[in-house]
Amino acid sequence: MVPMPYYLIVGAVLFVIGIAGVILSRNLIIMFMSIELMLNAANLTIITFSRFLNLMDGHVFVFLIMAVAAAEAAVGLAIIIMLFRNRETIDADKFNLLKW
Amino acid sequence: MDLKLATIDLGLIAPEIIIAAVAMLILLLGNVVRRRTILAYFGLFGLVAALLTALPRWGNPASGFYGMVQADNFAIFFKIIFIIAAGLTILMARRYLISHEIESPEFYALLLFSAVGMMVMAATSDLVVIFLGLEIMSVPLYVMAAFARHDVSSNEAGIKYFIMGAFASGILIYGIALVYGATGTTDLRRILADWGFFEMHSQLFLYSGAILVLIGFGFKVAAVPFHMWVPDVYQGAPTPVTAFFSVAPKAAGFAALLRIFTYGFADMSQLWAILWILAVLTMTVGNILAIFQDNIKRMLAYSSIAHAGYILVALTAGGDGAVSSAAYYLLAYTFFNLGAFAVITLIDTRNSSTAQIDEMQGLSGRHPFLAAVLALFMFALAGFPPTAGFMGKFYIFSEAIKNGYIGLAIIGVMNSFVSVYYYLRVVVVSFFARPNKEFEAVSYTPAIFIVLVITAAGTLILGILPGYWLSLARAGIFQFL
Amino acid sequence: MSEYLAVLVFLGVGIGMVLFTFFLARLIRPAHPYKAKNQSYESAEKPIGDAWVQFNNRFYIFALMFVVFDVEAVFLFPWAVAFGQLGLYALIEMVIFIAVLLFGLLYAWKKGVLKWV
Repeated sequence: MVPMPYYLIVGAVLFVIGIAGVILSRNLIIMFMSIELMLNAANLTIITFSRFLNLMDGHVFVFLIMAVAAAEAAVGLAIIIMLFRNRETIDADKFNLLKW
Repeated sequence: MDLKLATIDLGLIAPEIIIAAVAMLILLLGNVVRRRTILAYFGLFGLVAALLTALPRWGNPASGFYGMVQADNFAIFFKIIFIIAAGLTILMARRYLISHEIESPEFYALLLFSAVGMMVMAATSDLVVIFLGLEIMSVPLYVMAAFARHDVSSNEAGIKYFIMGAFASGILIYGIALVYGATGTTDLRRILADWGFFEMHSQLFLYSGAILVLIGFGFKVAAVPFHMWVPDVYQGAPTPVTAFFSVAPKAAGFAALLRIFTYGFADMSQLWAILWILAVLTMTVGNILAIFQDNIKRMLAYSSIAHAGYILVALTAGGDGAVSSAAYYLLAYTFFNLGAFAVITLIDTRNSSTAQIDEMQGLSGRHPFLAAVLALFMFALAGFPPTAGFMGKFYIFSEAIKNGYIGLAIIGVMNSFVSVYYYLRVVVVSFFARPNKEFEAVSYTPAIFIVLVITAAGTLILGILPGYWLSLARAGIFQFL
Repeated sequence: MSEYLAVLVFLGVGIGMVLFTFFLARLIRPAHPYKAKNQSYESAEKPIGDAWVQFNNRFYIFALMFVVFDVEAVFLFPWAVAFGQLGLYALIEMVIFIAVLLFGLLYAWKKGVLKWV
């Protein structure tokens, strides 16, 4: 069987890719996908611990997080679509009306 | 430690159920009932009903849903704050929404759903349920920030809030995952009980998890250096929404933070250094940047960052007294910050308004009452006696000194002095500046008048007779189960 | 450590094979580029426009409705598996859960998003 640290490392790598995606990308859709990647990294980590420590509750947490991610996706995409209708762009750098 | 695995008792979450049911009914009735006023007052009715079901639980804490729900005094204290904030927001929002042609039943429903999330957050000692509550709170807030669909700056506020909020949630849940791996549980009571039995390598997970959780909440409560979204979102969102943002999610975030860091992770001594730095940065950066703002919503955004800093001082100080002073301050802050925003909302109902501070010129001549209450709220924000702002800061800083954080208290007091400058600027402009043109009159509605009276009364009563309220806050704390 | 060495060797050989095949193919294949080769494949139809077309917004709403019930299934499965031990109380809770979702569906229906205009 694949040992536990491997799964955790994959989870950590996914998480870091997600963070990098949000910080580096200028496309809203890609930023948003990176956030989903972060949530899934957490999911993978939780399910790994749950499996290797023989805890059942982790499985349920993953379901809950998936539902949360779906809700977030719905609202996020709706906002992005609305933005695109009004501004004809989803480049994050173009949203600069509000600056100090 | 005996974890009472109580059976499922729906009575424990009755307030949440009532508000959620009312919100759903508003959504559905919104397509049938043409009179929006009825829906708004139905929402208020739901909030009052929830308050009445929550109050009798005061003093007899209970745990249910296999330890996932805690209906203790701490939870009830914060539920009261959320209900007050949501109720006052409904009252003040209507006029603004109508004048900007964005009124719809969904607004009230979203507000109530978000309140449910906050209540869930405050009423649990389980990290995963805290996360769930946080999301139930945040997802409606993203929509509310972008509620003015055809206004590009509201759109922009919505997307910025969404990206930063979801990013913070991602960090938070990964932190929770690490804590779960280190301890094998997400229940703060068990983490506290098993403290010291964790092995070295799980200590590493635990600490990195705790720091990620702190960062996640740092975004939510707008602590520096995680504050960059706050000014943009506060400025862009519709004004009543900003009013709600500035008090309720902040209180919810602090409710969870207090529960996690002064209870579950109370033995994690190395974290206090990080909290210390966070508190100092948040106070100082918030106050200094607020000085340079010309837009009053943006100024209050930075001011809300500074206030988060004061509450972080209490969190850093730790201990029962500090936690109750933080709870007291959050209650007081709800009154005077909502009050200040109610005045701005009223002025903003005119479509010509740009919410610049200079626009307040001539306010006292045209609307003496409005100028007077605005001045009262500004004095409270700056922390002058006899307002609630003074007592709140006084309690927080004296607790900090009592617990040996003298440097922190001194920095806090110095920051308060800095803040006087920009708060008084608003008062000076509205009273003494010679207007170059006549102040365009606004018309009160009874609802906004009620909001102003309640918030002004709350600000004064909490300031003049603080003893009773502080004892309430004190009773609320550490009756954690 | 020796297992890692095997992995490393395997990785090296794998990459080498791919590079070698590409190189070989380049040597022996005829070079004959023309425009149609670079077009995207659309079931042998002549492609119209490029692949970056905008889909109608309505697809979004329908996808959204799908996601709601898709995620609902995630919660239904474990409940159905453990139904024998959970009993009546869990049944009532599940009915409430689905009722809440139906509430959402009803709202969407009232708002007219189920109609393709």
